[in-house]
Amino acid sequence: MDVVLETRGLTRTFGRVVAADDVNVQIRSGERVGLVGPNGAGKTTFLNLITGYVRPNRGRILYRGTDITGLPPRVITRMGIVRSFQIPQLYPGLTVLENLLLAIAARSGRGLDFWGPLGREHAVAEAMELLGAFQLADYARRPVGELPEGGRKLLDVAMALALRPTVLLMDEPTSGVSTQDKFGVMEVLMEVLGRAGVTTLFVEHDMEVVYRYAERVLVFYNGRVVADGDPQALFADAQIRRAVLGWE
Amino acid sequence: MKLRRFGGLILIAGMAGLGLLLPGWSRFLLTLALARGLLVLGVALLMQAGLVSFGQGLFFAAGAYAVGFAARDLGIRDAGLGVALGAGAGLGIAALTGPLLARYRGIFFAMLTLAFSMILYGILVKAYRITGGTDGLRIPPPTFLGWSLPEEHLGSGLYLFTLACTAVMVFLIFRYLRSPLGYTVRAIRDNEVRVEYLGLSVSRALYITVLLVGAMGGLGGALSAMSVGHVDPNLAYWTTSGEFVFVALLGGTGNVFAPLAGSIVFEFLRTYAYKYIPYTWQMGLGLVMLAIVGFAPGGLWSLYELIARGMSGWTWSWKRGV
Amino acid sequence: METALIILTDGLVYASWLFLISAGLTLIYGVLRILNLAHGSLYALGAYAAASVVLLYFDRGLWPMGSYLALLGAALLVGAVAGPLIERGLLRWIYGRDPVYQLLATYALFLILEDLMKLVWGVNPYYAYKPYGLLGIIRLGGIPYPGYSFLLLGVALLAGGSLYFFIRGTRIGRLVVAMIHDPEISAAMGVNVPRVSLLTFTLGAVLAALGGAFTAPMISVVPGLSVEVIVLAFAVVVIGGLGSLEGSAVGALLVGLVRSLMVHRIPELELFAIYLVMAMVLLLRPHGLFGMEEVRRV
Repeated sequence: MDVVLETRGLTRTFGRVVAADDVNVQIRSGERVGLVGPNGAGKTTFLNLITGYVRPNRGRILYRGTDITGLPPRVITRMGIVRSFQIPQLYPGLTVLENLLLAIAARSGRGLDFWGPLGREHAVAEAMELLGAFQLADYARRPVGELPEGGRKLLDVAMALALRPTVLLMDEPTSGVSTQDKFGVMEVLMEVLGRAGVTTLFVEHDMEVVYRYAERVLVFYNGRVVADGDPQALFADAQIRRAVLGWE
Repeated sequence: MKLRRFGGLILIAGMAGLGLLLPGWSRFLLTLALARGLLVLGVALLMQAGLVSFGQGLFFAAGAYAVGFAARDLGIRDAGLGVALGAGAGLGIAALTGPLLARYRGIFFAMLTLAFSMILYGILVKAYRITGGTDGLRIPPPTFLGWSLPEEHLGSGLYLFTLACTAVMVFLIFRYLRSPLGYTVRAIRDNEVRVEYLGLSVSRALYITVLLVGAMGGLGGALSAMSVGHVDPNLAYWTTSGEFVFVALLGGTGNVFAPLAGSIVFEFLRTYAYKYIPYTWQMGLGLVMLAIVGFAPGGLWSLYELIARGMSGWTWSWKRGV
Repeated sequence: METALIILTDGLVYASWLFLISAGLTLIYGVLRILNLAHGSLYALGAYAAASVVLLYFDRGLWPMGSYLALLGAALLVGAVAGPLIERGLLRWIYGRDPVYQLLATYALFLILEDLMKLVWGVNPYYAYKPYGLLGIIRLGGIPYPGYSFLLLGVALLAGGSLYFFIRGTRIGRLVVAMIHDPEISAAMGVNVPRVSLLTFTLGAVLAALGGAFTAPMISVVPGLSVEVIVLAFAVVVIGGLGSLEGSAVGALLVGLVRSLMVHRIPELELFAIYLVMAMVLLLRPHGLFGMEEVRRV
C-alpha cells in the first residue's frame, strides 16, 4: 500500500499556543485512522492544516507525492481530500436535499453553471440513496432547521461523502448522534468507504467507536503525535490511558 | 412545470392588455416601474448572497448613457440595439468592477458599490463636453426594427417592448435560481466557508452574479432612458441607488416577482405622494421603510404570502420544482 | 514654495473637516456596529441649528467673539437632544439584527430627518457668515488666506485631542474602546452596554453636529447637505478602518492632502481623489489602514 497522505515537520502556533508541533505522519491508502487525544491537543488543527484552512508555520503536507502545503481549501477539496465538520456546516436556507445536491453539483463541476436545474434525475437519485443510507430520506424536502442534532451531523458527513473523496477527514462524526444510532451509522459509513477504498481519518472522543472502526490510532497531546499504532495495543498501555485519554 | 409556463404567458398577456388600456400617464409609470424593476431585481439577487448593493446607479447610468451616446454619436435609434448596448455597457462595467467587489462582503461591499457609482457620477458631471454634464443628454424616440411609431402609439410601443424585455429577464432569472449557481450563491450567504470546502470558488460565483446584475441593470437603464427621453448624472447618484434598495425591501426578496411588484407599487406611491404631500413625501417613505423593517422584513410580498397561505411562516417560493 | 505651503494648509484644513465628519461615524460603528446613514443629517442639523443660533445671537447684539461659543453650544444642543432620541427611539430596536435592516433603518431615518429639517427651516438658504468674517484674512507666505479655516483646524484638533484624552484617560473611555474590540466579553464583564451605547451615539452625534455647526458660517445652509457629507464620511471611515479613531484621523489627513494636491495640480481629478485613495488603500489593506480583522472559526 502506498502512502497517500504525508506530513513532514508540520508546525503551527497561534501566539503562544503550539497547536501542531513537528507532526510527522504517513497515511497509507485505504487506512482507517482514528485521531484521539484530549481537547486542545491539536486534532482539529491537524485537519485544518491538511485541508488548507490554516497555513503551517513550518513543515510540508504531501498528497500522493505532491506538495499541497499552502493551497486553499477549494483546491484541496477538488484534489480529493474532503472534510466533514465537528459543528455541522450546512446551508440553513436550503432543504436537506438541496444541500446534498449542491455538493453533488460541485463534484460534477457544475457548481457554477447558471443553466440547467440543480437537481438532475440521476443526481437526485444519488442524493436520495445517500440520505436513505443515513436514514434521513424522510427529511429530504424539509428545511435543514428541522433536522435533529444528530441528523445535522449526518447530513454534514453525507455532503462530504457526496464529493466522492479519496481521503476523507471527519471531525467527530458521531458526536451528537444518539448512542443507539452511533454504531448503525458507523457501520454504513465504513462499509461505503471501504467499498470505495477511501482513506479515512476521523477525530473521535468515543473510544468504543475508535476501537471498533479504526485500524490504526494516532494519539495527539499538546500538538504532538505521542503514539501511533494498533488501537488494542495503545489502549492497553496504562500510561496512555491515564495521561492522554483520562482513564484510570 | 407546464402550468407555470402557461401561467406566465397569461400574466404577460394580462399585463400587455392592462398597459394598453391604461391612460398615457399611468402606462408611462408602469413602463418606468418595469425598467427600474430590473435594477431592483439586481439588488434582490445580490441580497440572496447576503450582499447589499448601494451602487445600482452605476449600471443604471451606464445603460442609460450608452443609449444616449449611441443615439447622438452613432445615430443608432433602434430600440433592440439600444438595449443590447445598454446591457453590454452594464456588463462591461460589471466586468471591470467585479473582481474587486467579489472580494468583499457586508459594509465594505456596500460602500465599494456606492463609491463606484459616485465615481461614475463624478465623471458624468466633469466630462461635460462628452456627457453633457449636469444637463445630460437627450434621447430621441426609438425606432423598432426601422419603423418609427407615430407619436400617439410610441408610449404603447415602448411599454410592450419594456414588458417583453422584462419578461425575458424574469425567465432568465428563474432559470438562474434553479441552477447550481443560483443555489451556490444562496449557500454563500448561509455558509461561505462550506462552499469553499465543496470545492467551489466563492469569488467566482459572486463575480458571475455581479455580471448578471450589471447586464440586467444596464438593460433597465437603457429601457428607462428610452421612455423618459433624457439622461443625466443623477442616475448614478447614491440616492438613486438607495431608492432601488428601498424598493427591494418594500417588495421583498422572496420571489422573482416581488421586486417588480414592489417597483410598480413604489412608482405609483411616489407619484401620488409627491402630488399630495410634496414636502413630506420623503418622510413618509422613511416611515413606511421603518414599518417594514419593524413588522414585515420580508416586504410586501411576504405579507401577501402570509395571507395567502394562512400564516405558515416560511416562504419557499424560490425552492419549488427540484 | 508658497504654493507648497498653500497646498499643505488647504490639505490640513480639508482634513480637519473630514475628521470632524467621520470621527463620529467610525465611533458609532465601532461600538454599536451600526453604519449610520443618517450621520450626514446630524451634520446638517448641526449646521441649521448653528445658523439659527448665530442669527439670533447677532440680533441680540452680543459680544461678537462669543459667537463661536454659540456655535459650539448649538452643536452640543443638537447632539444632546437628537442623540438620545435616536438611540433610544430607533437604534435600540435594531441592535443585533441583520445588517441589511440596520442599514435600511438608518436610511429611513435619513429620509425622515431630511423632511423634518425642511419643515422646520424651510427650503431657502441660511447665511450665517458673521463668525466667518470676524476672523478676517491672514497672510500665509504672502498669500491671503481666510482666518476661519484655522479655527476649523483648531476645532478638529481640539475634538481629536479631547477624544484621545477621553479614550485613554477616563474609565468610561476605556470601556468604550473595550466594547469596540469585544462587545461580548465587555458585556460578560459587566459593562453597562445600554448606557455606553447611549453615550457613544450621543458623542458621535455631537461630533457630527460640531462639523456642521462650524461649517455653517462658510456655506449657505440648504437642504441636501447631508447627502454629500455622508459619502465622504464613509469613504474616510473605510480608508481608516471601521471603528478606528486613529484611522479616521490618518485617513482624513491622507485624503485631505491628496485632494489638495489634485486641486492645485490636476483639478479635473479633484472629485475622485477620495475614491482613488480608498481604492488604493483597500487594495493594499482590505480592512482599511487600522481596520481590525475578524477571525472566523470553523
